[in-house]
Amino acid sequence: MPLKPEDLATVATLAKLDIPANQTERLRQDIEQILTFVEQMNAQDTADIKPLGSPLERPQRLRADQVTETDQREALQSVTRHTEQGLYLVPKVIE
Amino acid sequence: MQWEVVIGLEVHVQLATASKIFSGAATTFGAAPNTQACAVDLAMPGMLPVFNEEALRMAVRFGCAIDARINHESVFDRKNYFYPDLPKGYQISQLDHPTVAEGHLDIDLEDGTRKRIGITRAHLEEDAGKSLHEDFHGQSGIDLNRAGTPLLEIVSEPELRSAREAVSYLRKLHSIVTYLGISDGDMSQGSMRCDCNVSLRPLGQEEFGTRTEIKNVNSFRFVEKAIESEIERQMDILEDGGSITQETRLYDPDKDETRSMRSKEQANDYRYFPDPDLLPVHIDDAYIEDIRSQLPELPDAKKIRFAQEYGLSDYDAGVLAASREQADYFETVCETSKDPKLSANWVMGELAKWLNQGDLDISACPLPAEQLGKLILRIKDNTLSSKMAKQVFELLWQDGGDVDDIIEAKGLKQVTDSSAIEAIIDEVLANNASQVEQYRAADDAKRGKMIGFFVGQTMKASKGSANPQQVNAVLRKKLEG
Repeated sequence: MPLKPEDLATVATLAKLDIPANQTERLRQDIEQILTFVEQMNAQDTADIKPLGSPLERPQRLRADQVTETDQREALQSVTRHTEQGLYLVPKVIE
Repeated sequence: MQWEVVIGLEVHVQLATASKIFSGAATTFGAAPNTQACAVDLAMPGMLPVFNEEALRMAVRFGCAIDARINHESVFDRKNYFYPDLPKGYQISQLDHPTVAEGHLDIDLEDGTRKRIGITRAHLEEDAGKSLHEDFHGQSGIDLNRAGTPLLEIVSEPELRSAREAVSYLRKLHSIVTYLGISDGDMSQGSMRCDCNVSLRPLGQEEFGTRTEIKNVNSFRFVEKAIESEIERQMDILEDGGSITQETRLYDPDKDETRSMRSKEQANDYRYFPDPDLLPVHIDDAYIEDIRSQLPELPDAKKIRFAQEYGLSDYDAGVLAASREQADYFETVCETSKDPKLSANWVMGELAKWLNQGDLDISACPLPAEQLGKLILRIKDNTLSSKMAKQVFELLWQDGGDVDDIIEAKGLKQVTDSSAIEAIIDEVLANNASQVEQYRAADDAKRGKMIGFFVGQTMKASKGSANPQQVNAVLRKKLEG
């Protein structure tokens, strides 16, 4: 399935990705190939097949409702540079 | 044109589990930022979610309480969107196979009738973190303590027809989840949040009009006001021949209006798909029946029992049964006082007044129910007049202690000794000879008003301790001789 450069730009925007100009053509071709593969899957008749929640035929394991985690804030925040008053700082986003 | 209002509510209820839905981090409200956000909640690479059995149990409990179909297999899906307080880039939720399917609850309307409201589904999902936008030099601060807290999202059918009905539905839901003990229902802390879908259609038309969704309304009062202002806005547009844009709106309580947040075109495409990190959840009939058999008495059943067992009016029974704590409190008062009507009056009257003044929930009531029961006993055996009982109530409220000790210490015993009352009255009559003469000369209609003067004087002379009924009777006897 042909993919236009503009479509790639739209998908990148939706995925919040910033793609360097020298990589766009390679990516466009990769995605085109992926879409061709998807077309093959879409061509299959699945009318009689029940939707599958998981390919593993076993149910979900449950855990008891117990607090097992301790405060690891210091360790977890050591891998980020931008924290203040215990909060992670990110570029301002208001919805 | 006459318009019909169509409202459907999506209510997020925070489940009262000790740990999160997919991790062992604590869910306690108000902890220091990010001290309850573990590697799973932060979406560190390689972390896997493991489902909390208590969250499942609570969802099924709710399903049983609203007489819903419970799915034997439920599947977790990923709902994809980008926001900094959602570290994984997706929320784990349920789309096509929620734990709880169709159910219903009944609401009481203002005209005294009941209306059944359908519940489409109730699905389990995780909450996101919190973003703080102030005071961070143009940046946002992210607290992920709330990320992963279990939520039950309860979706109603679009069967509510006014803001009032929506609030009744929400109150009923609140009452049920708190009765079940699956949530503390504290709206001020976000334990219950509501999205309201509102549309209008010409009366008699079957097809729905275009709807808007008001996001995250967090109090009963705001739900009513937000819906009312949105109805008014839509009606103005439609009456002017315009059309409604499908969009998400926010309610601004300060301006009492809703404003646009994002339109349908800007809406997220959530790209739902089954979460490969989680397997389908299987439950059998025995599991469901076991939970059903352990359901507590629910508000509707309790209301009926209160009316029958205690002879209360439907209204009083409904008010008392609305919250489990209040119903339990009332029953304890009743057990001690053996007088349901007087108990109901005190719980709904004086007690409610003091709770309101202190902005307290009944669960934080400083006055033990046994003491209120005892206070009512002392009214019944004539130790206290109701006025004195209010004084004792105030002392109990402020300082605690025992009813009888307070009566003793403050000398608040009511004088019921008739010779003592007669002596006081004789003195009052002797000191007010001219009023006595006027009374005796007056006709019945005037006497009815004039007796108040003598009752007042007698109560004053007895420093409020004389039994008012006795004072009245003795006065009439002596004056009319």
